[in-house]
Amino acid sequence: MIPEIMTPEDLIGNVTLFILAIFLGFELITKVPATLHTPLMSGANAISGISIIGALIGSNVAYAGQHTVVSGILAFVAVVLAMINVVGGFAVTNRMLNMIAGKKRRGA
Amino acid sequence: MEDWVSVGYLLSAALFIFGLKKLGHPRTAPFGNQLGALGMLVAVITTILSMQLAGGAEWVLIGAGLVIGSLIGYWLAVRVEMTGMPELVAMFNGFGGAASALVALSEIWKYLENAEEIPVGLELTVTMVAAGLSALVGWMTLTGSMLAMYKLKGGISVFGKWIKTPTWGPSWLNPVKIILMLTVGVLIYLSICEPTNTDYMWGIIGISCALGIILVLPIGGADMPVVVSLLNSLSGIAAAFTGFIIGNSVLIIAGSLVGASGLILTFIMCKAMNRTLLDVLFKSFGGSGEKVSLTRTKIGSDADEVAMMIDGAQKIIIVPGYGMAVSQCQHQVKEFADLITEKFGTEVKYAIHPVAGRMPGHMNVLLAEASVPYEQLIEMDDINSEFPDCDVAVVIGANDTTNPAARSGEGPLAGMPIIDADMARTVVIIKRSLSVGYAGVDNELFYMDKTMMLFGDGKAMMSQLNSAIKEI
Repeated sequence: MIPEIMTPEDLIGNVTLFILAIFLGFELITKVPATLHTPLMSGANAISGISIIGALIGSNVAYAGQHTVVSGILAFVAVVLAMINVVGGFAVTNRMLNMIAGKKRRGA
Repeated sequence: MEDWVSVGYLLSAALFIFGLKKLGHPRTAPFGNQLGALGMLVAVITTILSMQLAGGAEWVLIGAGLVIGSLIGYWLAVRVEMTGMPELVAMFNGFGGAASALVALSEIWKYLENAEEIPVGLELTVTMVAAGLSALVGWMTLTGSMLAMYKLKGGISVFGKWIKTPTWGPSWLNPVKIILMLTVGVLIYLSICEPTNTDYMWGIIGISCALGIILVLPIGGADMPVVVSLLNSLSGIAAAFTGFIIGNSVLIIAGSLVGASGLILTFIMCKAMNRTLLDVLFKSFGGSGEKVSLTRTKIGSDADEVAMMIDGAQKIIIVPGYGMAVSQCQHQVKEFADLITEKFGTEVKYAIHPVAGRMPGHMNVLLAEASVPYEQLIEMDDINSEFPDCDVAVVIGANDTTNPAARSGEGPLAGMPIIDADMARTVVIIKRSLSVGYAGVDNELFYMDKTMMLFGDGKAMMSQLNSAIKEI
């Protein structure tokens, strides 16, 4: 992949995304019952593992020989860590929620 | 970037948004979590596919990373005990922050080793600022989360020796935190002026790691979940900054979504404990380490005595705490509730403190596991008014969350809302000893005349109590 040259337009576009997504994030969560605090935190945490995308791109470019071994290794470690975050995060959230919601259905 | 790749990322961002929204409501939460996971899958597949089409993906390397990470993550997630859940979330969070910081470092490294590739002008500024901030937040999240994890555990075992995690925060540490953050800002500026000098980069990494430690070190007691939530928010921000470096929209959107919603969740959690975020961060609280040595004693009761007393009760409120989680006695607790409901027709409710256990919702998860009906779990604010009409409050392994000292407005627990168990006509406390809780404050409740102490492990005592009730 050839690094694209960043133009001021790109930057403005990215900053726009950043700011709008922050506002959206503020509005998204309003009232959350205490029961869901931990699952919500853990689920959001899994989503923050999105840096897996950056790690994948980084390790792919590096291995192709265009870049240094060191940055490849760093990106590879990032893939592993991000994947632990993503898979572990979603799995543990699912476990918690199943315990809460599953029993509720039976209890109702 | 190809158009279809952007569409793929857009789809994944939309799934994250829906997922987070649904996660906030009890009924839709499991679906929300699945939507989030689906969004992640879409993003990963889109990325790998676009790499394959752009000249071939390194399947072996990428596949190995994905598989190793998935296996470790899944293994940790399924084998964790419910009591260890908060620590695990803290650990995953640290890994997420580290991953973002590593991607940023990897990008910078390319430039450092190929000097001719160093970008110029605007791109240089953006890259260096984003890389610096990503490193600051990412490494801080890693060290902070790891320390938080060990603080939640209470200590670390080194060569078989148990070392208690310290809580230490003199007030002069606060200006130090601010100076260190400003230093990072200066270092980022210097790294723009002189992009090939790696000293600045290492400086930023070192300071960020130290910042994570000194930010979490003074925080103790019931505030730990708030810090984990804040670190979760930070790891999202780290991902967003990394998105700026590699110019990737989905990283920016998902990262800032988590950053913002995580911050809101942090505020909600603070509110549940009647504290502000600034208090949590800058006022050392609880677990000062110097535990009060106990001089008072209290005579323990036995299960038969308690069973007789429960026989006459019309309304019982069970107050679970971390001790219930540790001894895994939620099934015995449920059995107890069923027994007295059937045998004596007693009304049973559970009083759930927002931070009972080591994390919000901890008790709900455990009791749900034991099939306790959801309607019986009453949140603190709603149940406190019922204690004066309550014949017996059964406190199982809870300490700080019932400590009347919190009302006095002094000491480490000051201002924390508590369960008014002391208002009940009789209080039964199941606990190993009279020792102090997480916050290190002696509990007046134990010494009241109306309090009966059942000293012992939660599971053992609940079983004894259950058989005593059966014999009546």
